[in-house]
Parts: sequence; structure tokens; C-alpha cells
Amino acid sequence: MAWTKFFRRSERDDDTAREIASYIAIETDDNIARGMSPQAAHDAAVRKFGNPTKVREEIYWMNTVRPVDTIWQDLKYAARLLKRDKGFAAAAILSLALGIGANTAIFQLLDAVRLRTLPVTDPQELAVIHFPRGSKLSGRFSSRMPFMTSAQVDELRKQRLDDVFSGMFAWSSLQLNTATGGEVRNADTLWVSGETFDVLGVRPAIGRLIAPGDDRPGCGSPPAVLSYAYWQRAFGGSPSALGQTVRLDGTQFDIVGVAAPGFFGVDVGRQFDVAIPLCADALLPSSRGRIESRGNFWLAVVGRLQPGQTVASATDRLIAVSPAIMAASVPDGYTSEGQQHYKDNKLNARAASSGLSDLREQFAQPLFVLLAGTGLVLLIACANLANLLLARATARQREIAIRLAIGASRRRIVGQLLIESVLLALVGTVLGMVVARALTGVLMAQLAAGMGSLFLDLSWNMTVFAFTAAVAGAACLLFGLAPAMQATAVAPVAALRAGGRGISEARGRFGLRKALVVAQVALSLVLLIGALLFGQTLYNVLTIDAGFDQQVIQVELSHPSLQPEDPVQLQIVREDLRQRIAAAPGIADAVLVNNAPLTGNWRNEYVFAEGKPEKALANFSTVGPNYFEALGVPIVKGRSISAADTLNAAPVAVVNETFAKKFFPDREVVGNRIWIEVAEGTPVTKIEVVGISRDAKYGDIREDFDPVVHLPMAQNSDGRLVRILVKPRGRMDGVMATITREVGRVNPAISIEMRVIGQSVRDGLVRERLMAALSAAFGALAGLLAAIGIYGVMSYTVTRRANEIGIRLAMGASRRGVLRLVIVEAVWLVGIGLVIGAALGLGAAKAARSLLFGLQPTDPVTIGAAIALLATIGFIASYLPARRASRVDPMNVLRQE
Amino acid sequence: MLQGALDMLILRSLVIGPAHGHTIAHAIEHGSDRVLQVEHGSLYPALHRLEDRALVASFWGTSENNRKAKYYRLTPAGRKMLAAETSRWEQLVRAIGRVMKPTTD
Repeated sequence: MAWTKFFRRSERDDDTAREIASYIAIETDDNIARGMSPQAAHDAAVRKFGNPTKVREEIYWMNTVRPVDTIWQDLKYAARLLKRDKGFAAAAILSLALGIGANTAIFQLLDAVRLRTLPVTDPQELAVIHFPRGSKLSGRFSSRMPFMTSAQVDELRKQRLDDVFSGMFAWSSLQLNTATGGEVRNADTLWVSGETFDVLGVRPAIGRLIAPGDDRPGCGSPPAVLSYAYWQRAFGGSPSALGQTVRLDGTQFDIVGVAAPGFFGVDVGRQFDVAIPLCADALLPSSRGRIESRGNFWLAVVGRLQPGQTVASATDRLIAVSPAIMAASVPDGYTSEGQQHYKDNKLNARAASSGLSDLREQFAQPLFVLLAGTGLVLLIACANLANLLLARATARQREIAIRLAIGASRRRIVGQLLIESVLLALVGTVLGMVVARALTGVLMAQLAAGMGSLFLDLSWNMTVFAFTAAVAGAACLLFGLAPAMQATAVAPVAALRAGGRGISEARGRFGLRKALVVAQVALSLVLLIGALLFGQTLYNVLTIDAGFDQQVIQVELSHPSLQPEDPVQLQIVREDLRQRIAAAPGIADAVLVNNAPLTGNWRNEYVFAEGKPEKALANFSTVGPNYFEALGVPIVKGRSISAADTLNAAPVAVVNETFAKKFFPDREVVGNRIWIEVAEGTPVTKIEVVGISRDAKYGDIREDFDPVVHLPMAQNSDGRLVRILVKPRGRMDGVMATITREVGRVNPAISIEMRVIGQSVRDGLVRERLMAALSAAFGALAGLLAAIGIYGVMSYTVTRRANEIGIRLAMGASRRGVLRLVIVEAVWLVGIGLVIGAALGLGAAKAARSLLFGLQPTDPVTIGAAIALLATIGFIASYLPARRASRVDPMNVLRQE
Repeated sequence: MLQGALDMLILRSLVIGPAHGHTIAHAIEHGSDRVLQVEHGSLYPALHRLEDRALVASFWGTSENNRKAKYYRLTPAGRKMLAAETSRWEQLVRAIGRVMKPTTD
């Protein structure tokens, strides 16, 4: 068998050598016996034998697989060469590792967020049923995917769409508290209708999953299914978890089973800890009546398409049945106009094979932009490598010429040079995978900080491997092929005649090197423009003036004892808590609020202003009397909300400047009245505007100022959660512990959730931070590579033109003139690169417009700065070789001639 | 030399017993009254090929003048092959002979 021979080939080669030696020895002995001198005897023996090397080679080739052996030889040769040229090898491998690693990391994230299908049975059959963008819906929206209300889902089921969907389920994801008091410990809870696991085709690891019988009105003793990860974490994977209970918001759930490992839910980027039936909403003390209240959007519905059905055919059916569904599910309290809008909405179907994700909307585009960035970095690295390899090939021209002259085939030499590139790419890729691992870790940590929690399966799969291999292969061809072809394209005679000086430099080859530098400069400029635009964006978002002091802790307290029915009692309980916290050491002030700005809690309503027939949307904040003082929001006109604005006093409001401008463009606001739109037949409460406050951000720090109405807490109580804004006196340290202690004194069973508003706002800027950090890294890398490229080519030019420069100097040219001569050439290269790069960069920036904040993609300052920066880099990188050229001693150079 | 003839000569020279490369080379040269002059080196790839085809087997031994040498001997398959080659060779020689010297009966 050829392979056993192959692996023993060197052993057999030694054997052959010994055999040949044995022949020579015996023949020599014979010759000596015939009377020859030892030397003559040996020579005669060798003559008789023929060419030992040739014989040995002939036998060797019989024992080996020729191409494998050739490649192995070339690899070893390439490795030896690279080992000798450590600087080059390190630069090449490092730039490749960074390029390939960055590409792989970003692609891995993109794959996990965007491309991979759900780990369930036949995910391609799944479709999500939803209202398309632009639908007119209003009500209360909770959960991450608040697509439908319970009433809509019930009506949808009544339509019996069995011809289109073989199964259908509704789900929601909300957090529930597993602690029994004190600091909240949230479990990610997956709320599912009974069919969910069945339709998805998920199996239990142990026990059973939630079945249709579990999701029934009233819910009985509700079952809970743990995720495999949570089972491992909380119960150490012990089967005795079955039969135990898990406490969620104070309600006991019986653990009936554990879902199969790998099933994380339908929501990509998240994972669930516990799954419970939808009906459990009625059991929780914190119940929001999500099932009964027809205006509560909290469910997402996914259907499994029947064989032969498509998303389009399902959408057609859904549109056809929508009027009936909508007519039967109108929420209470809508005006007749609102009802009409509601009924006009149409359900659609959309493919859900890769799951649903709120991550995707936010990060798919940034990830594509970053992938383009990493692609550019790799291209620049390849251009750089190609340049370095061209330089090496020039240095090795003599060697190659000699080898061609003594009969090496061009193919073999191209192969050998390519193998060197392959070796670089291989090592670079392996290192790149390490880089990718580290980079995805950093990216995940960044993303997780902004998303609260993040779960993405980043294990290596075939798609990622294929991507990395393709990237590495393409890179290898890009930087390796051209230099290899060029190196062997010279006629050996010309190369040899030119001696070691390499003046045989074909014009084409040098043109290629210059083109590579131009390309490098152009691509680097694109990345630099990106880096500056995204850096400026981050700076702009970080320095937005929110209009209020964000160094404030929002404290959320919940417990049945904090929800008395009587509104007067409710106020007493809340005020007591507020005063205790406000009086604690280290705390400057505490304010009761229903919703604080920039915390994701918002409420908006249609508002009418007196004397103006048309309504408009306005945001609402319900706040305690000291709100404006504590948050540092000045009252610009009229008065603030005061302690005298009680339940029995006349209803009042403080509006912000934007509200005043929008609702009373040319009239006095203070003293005028406004009211909230209500359904026909409901009494209207007219509210007097008593003051105007300075504008402050409300929903998202990136949005413009919206009209906001502030209502007094005492006149607008809503009894579920107690929210208190706490302003620390000086430093934040220890303030949270103080709050926990003070609340615990009132009742240790009260659940507490706290966050610093400013901190969560900054965490929420993860997209901007990610783009800025990564594009800055890419930009810096690109600038460095471009500098190396320019320096390399200019140094080379100078060496090549040493004679010419020497002659010029000898003929009386000034050193400044020589300096100018060289620099002008560099200026041309960099200039052309900058022009091309500016055009490309403008196009790229326009494509990424939606990721920018506070500046235009064509921002002249940014683009000018990028150009100036790269021009400076280019100038320095070419000045050094130019100065070297101008300092040559003409006598020395000419003597070498 | 004719294709395959060298192989046959090597096999033939091993009929009398195991021998090393040097002996085989000289046996062929002397046996042919120095008509067949081969570069002795060219014998070795042929020996290697025969060993690969399991027609000969090799072992290291000591030569007459106390040198280490690789000995070759015929395997049963080699013996069979030699018989076949010999008869094929004889047929060939007869055929060529008839063409070169036609009997004019």
C-alpha cells in the first residue's frame, strides 16, 4: 500500500543509501584486490555504479506520493524562510490574524443574531403573525414583543385557520421576581400558551412540558417548566427538582419538567429561566389583568405553516379574516374614531425561521456596517502583504532567476511562492480564531451591558468555519498570487544580467506596488472617516443635555401592603416611605413619581388645548411636588407643582416649553386649560396649566424634546408600584445600601429594584459605543498599515533611484531639491488615494446615515480631519525615506556603480 | 535493453540462491560475456521495483569479504514469474529468429 510506503519513505531512503554504500565498498575491495590504489579503486567503483544520487532519487520517488511530498517540501522551505525573516513573518501573521479574527468575530455575531435558524423542528415552517409597521394601535404595551392582545389571539383562534397553519401558539416574555423581599432577583419568564412546546417540537429533558390542559381559565395549581440551563444553575441538574416548587412574584409554581438543552425560546438573544402558562397572569399579586383587559398588548403569535403554504398565502388569509378579528376585539375606552382606525388594521405573516429578536432591529445594520469595516481592514492588510511580498520577491529575484535557468519549472516556483502565502494565511487564521474568540467576548460583554441580559450561541458552526476559510483563502490569493506571478515573469537572463541590484525592475511591477499604495490610502481613508463619524456620534450622544440631573436613583418598591384600595391611605403609605428615604444619611432628596424620564416607562395621550379644535399627542409624567427642584429642572414661568395640589384641589399641570409652543403657539399658556381625549360618554376632566418647565428629555436621550405634561402625584394615583427618585448628597457609594436598609425597616418583605438613571442611559448607548470603539480600532489599524505601506514603497523607490539621485547631487542639485523630488512622488500617490477614498467614504457614510447622531454623513469637518490625518501620516511616512535619499553621499553611490 | 529484460535477468541470477546487488550486477555482466554492459546503479531501482511487487524479498547480511550487504532472494511468486517470463522470452526469440532467418523450404 502506497501510504505505508509513504510514511516509511525516509527509512527506506536510508536503506537505499546504505545499500549503495555497500556496493561501492565491495566493488572498491574487489578493485584493491586487483591491485589498484585505494583512491583509484574507490573512484572506479563510483564510475561503475553511475550516479548514486540519481539512483537514490529514483527509488525515493517510487516510495512517495509526489504532490504531497512537493507541497511538504515547499512548506518546510517556506517555514525556514519565514523563520529567517522574523520581522516580516510577524508583521504578516499579525495583520492577517487581526483582519481574519475581526471578520470572523463580527460574522459570528451576525450569524447568531441574524442568520441562524431556531433549534426547533422544521424552523422554516414557522411564521409570526403580527400587525405590520404603520398599524394604528394604542393601549398598554408590555413585554418585549407586544404584538397582540389576549382578545385578538382568542378571536384569531376562533377563525380556525387549520388549512393554513397546522399549529399556532402565543407567548410572551416578562421578568418575575424569585426573591421573597429585599433586592429583586429576576427570573426571565417565558409565558406560553398550552400548544407552544408541541408546535415547536421541543422535547422535555426530564418530566413533562406545559401541555394544552395547563393553560386554562383560573389556572388551578400552575405548572412551571425550567430551562435546561436554569435547571443546572439552580438545581445542579438534579432530577429531584421535579415535584419542588418555584416562587415567582410570591406565587408557587410546581416544577413539572425541564426543557431539552439548547432550547432557549423563540426570542434570539435572550434565554428563559422558567416557562409558565399564560393563564398564570390571573394568579400573580402583581397581575395587570393582561388577559381580561382588551387593550393590553403583550403576546406574540407564531404559527406553523401547513405543507404547501407560504408566508404570502398565509398573509392573504390573515388579511381576509382580519376585519372579523378586529371587530370582535375592540378595546374599551376608544373613541368612535379610534375604533374605526383599530378595525382597519390587518394582520400579516412574516417568516420566523430564525426566530424573533429585538436585538436584530437594533444591531443587524451596525453589524453589517462593521463587517464591511473588517472587510476593508483585511483588504488593506492584504494590500500591505502583497507589497511586502513583492519587495521580497524582488530581493529573491536572482535566486529565482538561477533556479529558472537551471530548469525549475515556472509552475513549481509560483507554487513555492504561493505556499509561503498559504503558510502565512494558515498561521494567521489559527491566530485569527483566537483573536475572534477574545473579540466576541468583549463584544458580548458590551452588548449585554446595554441589553440587560444577552444570550447568544456563539459556538463554532459550519457556516462560521466556511466563512473564515473563504475569507482566509480569498486573502491568501489576494496578497499571494500577484507577487508570485510577477516574480517569475522575468526572463532569467535579464535578471541575472542585472545582477543583485534589481534594476531590471519591470515598470509593470512597480506600477502594481504604487497602485497597491493608492488602494491602501483610499480604503484607509474610508475607515478613518467612519471612525471619526462614529466617534463624533458617541461624543454627541454622551454630551446631550438631557435637561435634568441624571445622577438620580430610581427605586421601585412592590408589595401587597403598598397597594391599599383607599387613595388617601395609598398616599399616606407612599409619603411615609418617601420621607424615611429622604431623611436617611447621604440622601439629599426623594421624589415620588409614576414614571421617571429616560427609564423606558412612558405614557402618551391625545390632548386638547382650550380654544383649539384639533388634538395632538403629548407625553405624561406624574410627579411629586419637589420633582423639579430635585432634578434641577427650572420653572421658566408660573409655578411648580406644590403640596397644596391635593385630590380635593383643582386639577393642575405643569407643561414643558415644547408643549407650550406646540399647543399654544401664540397664546398665553399659564392659566389656560387642557384635557385628555376620552371615549364618548366619559366625563372630561379639564386641567389648568399653572407653570412651564424647561425642556427635558423624556423617552430616549437621542430623541428631540417632546411635549410633556406633568401632573401632580396626589391627583393622579395609580396603585401598583411605588417609584421614588432618590437624589444622593454627593457620592453614589453606599446610597443604595442605605435605601435597602430604610425600606427593610418598614417591611423586609418589600421587593426593591434600583438603578441610576444616568448609568442605564449610558448603558443604553451600547450601539454608539460599539460602533465608535470598533471603528476607532479599525481606523487606527488602517492608518498604521497605510503608513507601513507608504514607507515601504517610498524607501524602495529611494533605493532604486539611488544612482540617479547620486548623479543629480553630483551635478549640483540641492538636497532640498532631492527631498522635493521624492516627496512630490509620494504626494501624488497619497493624493490620488485620498481623492478616491473621499469619494468612497462619502458613499459609505451615506449608507450608514441612520447610525449617526448629531452630524451629517457629509460633515465637512470630520471628512476634512480624516483627510488631514491621513495626509499627515502619508507625509511622515514618505518624509523619512526622502530625507535619507537627500543625505546620500554622491561619491559613495557612484563609486558603487 | 528490452523493456522487462533487466527484471528477468535479475530474477534468473537469483535462481541459484540469494545474492546482493554487487554479485547480481557482476553475474549479469560476466554471464553475458560482458556483452550486456549496464550501469550497476540502474540495477537498484529495478530490484526495488521487484521487491515492491513481492517477486523478490530482501534481508541484510554479511558479504564474502565481511561487508554489510543487502541480499535478495526469489519468492515463490518470483519463481513463477521467472518461468513465465522465460517461456515468453523464448517464444519471442524464436519469433524474431524466424523473421531474421526465414527457412526456405
